[in-house]
Amino acid sequence: MIELRDVHKQFGPVEVLTGITADIREGEFFSLLGPSGCGKTTLLRLIGGFDEPTSGSISVDGRPMAGVPANRRPTNMVFQSYAIFPHFNVNENVGYGLRSQRIERAELDRRVAESLSMVGLEGLGTRAAHELSGGQRQRVALARALIMRPKVLLLDEPLSALDKKLRQQMEVELRHLQRAVGITFILVTHDQEEALIMSDRIAVMADGNIEQLSSPQELYSRPVSRRVAAFIGVMNFFDAQVLAEQSNGITLDVAAFGKVEVPRTQVPGKMNGSRATVGVRPEMLTLLFDESDVSERELIGEVVDVVYYGDMTYYEVRLPGVEKPATISMRNTAGRRVLSSGDKARVGWGTDSIVVFE
Amino acid sequence: MSDAHTPKWLSAYAIGYLVFLYAPVLLLPIFAFNDSAIINFPLKGFTTQWFEGLWTTEALHSAVRNSLFVALTTCTISTVLGVCAARASTRYHFPAKRGIMGLIMVPLVLPEIIVAVSLLVVLIQLGLDLSLWSVILGHVLICVPFSIAVLASAFKNFDRSLEEASLDLGVGRVATFFRITLPLVAPGIISSLLITFTISLDEFIIAFFLTGTDATLPVYIWSQLRFTARLPGVMALGTILLTISLLLLILAEWFRRWSARRSGADLESGTGGLY
Amino acid sequence: MVTVRATLPGRALRFPWLRGEHFTGLVLISPTFLYAIALLAVPLLAVVLFSFWTQDYLRIDRTFTFVNYKEAWSEPIYQLLMLRSLAIAAVTTVVTILLAYPIAYFVSFHVHRRKSLWIFLITIPFWTSYLLRVFLWKVILGYNGVLNSTLEWLGVIKQPLTFILYNANAVVITLAHAWAPFAILPIYVALERIDRSLLEAAKDLGDGPFRRFWRVTLPLSMGGVVAAFLIVFIPTIGDYVTPRLVGGTDGLMIANMIQAQFGKANNKPLGAALAISAMLIVTSIALLIFWLNRRFTPGQR
Repeated sequence: MIELRDVHKQFGPVEVLTGITADIREGEFFSLLGPSGCGKTTLLRLIGGFDEPTSGSISVDGRPMAGVPANRRPTNMVFQSYAIFPHFNVNENVGYGLRSQRIERAELDRRVAESLSMVGLEGLGTRAAHELSGGQRQRVALARALIMRPKVLLLDEPLSALDKKLRQQMEVELRHLQRAVGITFILVTHDQEEALIMSDRIAVMADGNIEQLSSPQELYSRPVSRRVAAFIGVMNFFDAQVLAEQSNGITLDVAAFGKVEVPRTQVPGKMNGSRATVGVRPEMLTLLFDESDVSERELIGEVVDVVYYGDMTYYEVRLPGVEKPATISMRNTAGRRVLSSGDKARVGWGTDSIVVFE
Repeated sequence: MSDAHTPKWLSAYAIGYLVFLYAPVLLLPIFAFNDSAIINFPLKGFTTQWFEGLWTTEALHSAVRNSLFVALTTCTISTVLGVCAARASTRYHFPAKRGIMGLIMVPLVLPEIIVAVSLLVVLIQLGLDLSLWSVILGHVLICVPFSIAVLASAFKNFDRSLEEASLDLGVGRVATFFRITLPLVAPGIISSLLITFTISLDEFIIAFFLTGTDATLPVYIWSQLRFTARLPGVMALGTILLTISLLLLILAEWFRRWSARRSGADLESGTGGLY
Repeated sequence: MVTVRATLPGRALRFPWLRGEHFTGLVLISPTFLYAIALLAVPLLAVVLFSFWTQDYLRIDRTFTFVNYKEAWSEPIYQLLMLRSLAIAAVTTVVTILLAYPIAYFVSFHVHRRKSLWIFLITIPFWTSYLLRVFLWKVILGYNGVLNSTLEWLGVIKQPLTFILYNANAVVITLAHAWAPFAILPIYVALERIDRSLLEAAKDLGDGPFRRFWRVTLPLSMGGVVAAFLIVFIPTIGDYVTPRLVGGTDGLMIANMIQAQFGKANNKPLGAALAISAMLIVTSIALLIFWLNRRFTPGQR
């Protein structure tokens, strides 16, 4: 659907994109995720035609886009500021793109009403732009782009201006909307939770390149590097020594955990030399409260800090031979105790819950 | 501020200052209608003869025509130049930007007599005759910085993604300029036209140096100030000018508020529009 | 300006240095920039050149000479006029700012709902003709003027006051009135930018109203005061109308002499030399103040 081939972009002396190659499939919800300054918005603007790449090629639906201005591309954009035309009302905003085409009045009205109902704004067509709330502005921006029936919808941090409650609601709605219209959505966001919830596939960007491109599940459980792992959710890192490499796995000596054999599938990235890092998500470690609780492997640690979140409790637990305490999250089920600082704790873990990086 | 307590002396000072500001201006209508050729108190009686006198002064009429021609031409040219410069400075980066903008804004801090003298020297050297056009050249020079100051604030508040959104929706660059950019910066453009018009209409030194045989209004007034007998007429003329500029100002302010309300901008923070 | 951008992609392939931002920006700025070059930079250079020539009645002698500058800087009359211009402009500026600061402070801190109306009220009088405003002060301050006739009528004085017209005092009063909004507005803008929580912090840390003003408000508004100083000081030094109308012979300033050299006295090169000298002095003072402000006011960029 969209083919990016070695796309470079330079602003003066600064190289913002350093050779992006990727394919975005038809009808998928695709996210560009990364910290600010990683080049994700630049890439989106290159696809939309607001800037031209310094080198490399972009094609949409098999058509090369070099030299094609934004107004001739089969893409439409929802801007971060929403860019609602302040001197037009809702109907005029939504119908703006169609009005410049030769479309009958009745047809235009019908399509404006249709896209307004698609985003849940029925009956608000005559509202002035400045009378709209933040959420409504966002919906108008969506309707205005979707009415053009683009092949690709580009969304530049569309939820960043909304408060937390509304944002969570819109995450679900956007996902449903994308399923309903069936066109490719490309979302730029710095919020990993947003990307995980909505996307079919996520490209994690750093320093002008794609660090990892995979499904949300894969990204979360099998990050290819420490950087990706640290950016998506929380992860505990432990130093490790490579003891042996077999065709189907790798044997490591991990701080606190001891000797571990890990299958190849848990080594998603490249390995280099004898030093390695082992990552474990907080929910992959368990505190064993009762004698009857058992686990594949066990460690004894000491609780140094407790943070209570209501549904969850996060423990900082010092493990033998590791300076930085490990974070362990436990669901607060009925009758389960909450430990306090200084308590001894039994920590359970399994070899299938860890991931190995360079 | 949490404590809204205003010291009495400060309020009194504010009122006193307004009196100081308005005292000279308020004298204009008072003496314009005073039935005496000498300008002092106590007042003698009511008359409209000074206004009637203006009606038959041919030199005044030609000065008004000259001034209108100069001011209209000046405000048009300087606003066009101002639009280019304000757009360039708020939207684009280019080499030597600070230096270029600095040179353009210099007339703001240059005594007008220097501008007048330098243009006069060049015109003399080139052997050109002085005319209303030489006045216009000078006026445009001093009006452009004001135009840029007004327009830059209009352009700066302008969200660049509005234009991109229009392009994105399939509308070409030219159509986008007329349908999105122009309507949204129109209040700034009107402010710029009004301000530069007023500056040019009022400007004396450059006109004094560079006008040939055709006097502008300030040059005409200057010539009248020497004759005591003409002073009541000058007062009447001043009253008319004051009324016109007040009407223009109120119109401009009303227009700015109306367009600000339409675009949903914050009124209080919009002081960059007019002043 | 729109069409240029539209043709860019094709052009940019052939001339990479012409691409994008820089090119469009330069194209857009060029009409205004070329206008300023042709009608400001070139004429100013011409005046500089002119000031090194001499004039013999109607003929201009183009031999390079310092004669005009020697005369401009050594003749007592020019020295006097220059010093007087500086003194009057300095006093005027200080008086204008001292009068303007409290009103800017009042509007910024003590007017809550109708700020823009106040600013509007302050600026209105300045939309009447400058010439007429100056002239009206002559009417007010004159021997048989409004002030004297009113005071006599009220019996406060027997003889008209004479120290208020046709001298430097009159020039200062008139200019302080004429330039008021140019001093108020920058100070007002600077005061508006002050984060109000800073004052609350100062109060919280034990400062009374006076110390709060002295230690927080005043330093943070110094940028506006300096801007006001430059905006008022520079043009008043070159003012022609006010000294001519209300200054008498004791209140004449350098601009009147420059005009005379270009007019009746008919020595244009000397006039040019006087103009350049005045400009150099003004510029160095402006730079000095700018530098002092940078050096001694903390928290400047």
